[in-house]
Amino acid sequence: MFNFKVDDILQTINMIKMHHLDIRTVTLSLSLRDCISTDVNETSQKIYEKITNYAKNLANYAQQVEEEYSIPIVNKRIAVTPISLIGESAKNPDYVLLAKTLDEAAKAVNVDFIGGFGALVEKGCTKGDDLLLQAIPEALAKTSRVCSSVNIASSKAGINMKAVLRMGQIVKKAAELTAEADGIGAAKLVVFCNVPSDNPFMAGAFHGYGEPECSLNIGVSGPGVVRAALCQLPKEADFGVVANKIKSIAYKITSTGELVGRDLAKRLQIPFGVIDLSLAPTPAQGDSVANILEAMGLERTGAHGTTAALALLNDAVKKGGTMATSYVGGLSGAFIPVSEDAGMIEAVEKGALHLDKLEAMTSVCSVGIDMVAIPGDTPAHTISGIIADEMAIGMINKKTTAVRVIPVPNKGVGDYAFYGGLLGEAPIMPVNKFDNSVFINRSGRIPAPIHSLNN
Amino acid sequence: MPDSKSKIIVTIFGADKIGIVAAIAQIMEKYEVNIEDISQTTMQEYFVMFMMCDIAKANAGFSEIKNAILEKAQALKMEVWVQKKEIFDNMHSI
Repeated sequence: MFNFKVDDILQTINMIKMHHLDIRTVTLSLSLRDCISTDVNETSQKIYEKITNYAKNLANYAQQVEEEYSIPIVNKRIAVTPISLIGESAKNPDYVLLAKTLDEAAKAVNVDFIGGFGALVEKGCTKGDDLLLQAIPEALAKTSRVCSSVNIASSKAGINMKAVLRMGQIVKKAAELTAEADGIGAAKLVVFCNVPSDNPFMAGAFHGYGEPECSLNIGVSGPGVVRAALCQLPKEADFGVVANKIKSIAYKITSTGELVGRDLAKRLQIPFGVIDLSLAPTPAQGDSVANILEAMGLERTGAHGTTAALALLNDAVKKGGTMATSYVGGLSGAFIPVSEDAGMIEAVEKGALHLDKLEAMTSVCSVGIDMVAIPGDTPAHTISGIIADEMAIGMINKKTTAVRVIPVPNKGVGDYAFYGGLLGEAPIMPVNKFDNSVFINRSGRIPAPIHSLNN
Repeated sequence: MPDSKSKIIVTIFGADKIGIVAAIAQIMEKYEVNIEDISQTTMQEYFVMFMMCDIAKANAGFSEIKNAILEKAQALKMEVWVQKKEIFDNMHSI
């Protein structure tokens, strides 16, 4: 009696080989709270030792797991406690030094990115937060694997508009300091509302305050698999059928992530954390969230109906994925980065997709305005305005939203920014040119919304 | 399935030719891998063979066995996938 189904085997292989099913990231989430010291050099040394000790086997073991299941693990990453907190007690604070330490530790253990060079400042900045924010542009220019995220708004605290103002300037400066690489510094920096504390995806991964000493969080992927499944449906299939198809594929993707995560966590002898159920596109042809929306029947992403299609997709992914794993967390939903998604890039090139529509789409999916290249001469207060709008969507709708825009130095609309690898390339998109500086310069906080009278 | 962790699935694709099953079976014998089940089919004009094996009592680790199979498949100009069976169990059952 043959006790396996050959169709199942063929389907799995097909998903990996033809439709880019992969584990996007295995992220070791690690507390650095015991590295705090009154001398920043000692802090730096402790950080290096702790990271290289805990993560020394991450890349090797990940490769073993990859080999045994024949499923690619695209990135190995580390997320640490927000560094603002770790560097704050030093009498001789030096956040750029700590960023360099993170970078060196990441290189020593051969991980692709390390996240957590950030702060949570939704209500205001402590002294350490202030210094960290100041250090972000230089830290990102002088390191290659460090990612930075700053939470500046939440549904409970409101929007820290002083931080909105500052982040506009910081994003701009981060791009300027890395002008020779099309402002890649800004591609490693993300501004959040309602940031999750266990997200394995960059640039926003960090080890939150309520997390254990360490854990392993998994980010799955697979837009190509969902797209391929939807393409097989007849054009007249109703939305119940479409949603069910997405759910069943999301289940398969997630159960694979769960298997890989639990196996790897066991080898590393650390607790398994969460699976982030996100559909994360790559620049590879067909591995695109935009193409999924188009497979539902839109000529191009950006056409009227796009937000509705994305809402269905995002919800169905969560429903299917939660069935396949015990613990879900992170961002969990569909990502809509522009530079990392060939379908999104095409939609922008054809004039189907603009920044305003992207903003609307972020109200129904995970994250937000992501990997969008804008003209290098965009004023800082305009970037702050983009951030403020996104924060407002997150705050009012009690969801995570984020902004990762790159004002590409010396380039304008019609030009392209090139980053390579997972970050891809991006056509530079126009921004609204009307002035918002009086609004942005008001400072203070936009108060948190009332949580009743939901209209 | 308490022993499913040691089960592997070998999937071989390519143009049909004499000696494929024998060549792979030889490797399994060398490494003392128990072949528990074999199935084959054709997909378009391609030959596809599936082999379920148990490496619990093998005299080498997964990685060495996999490399030997990959090498042999390359010589035969066949595409081969060697995977732990758990990935299929997880993906296709609730």
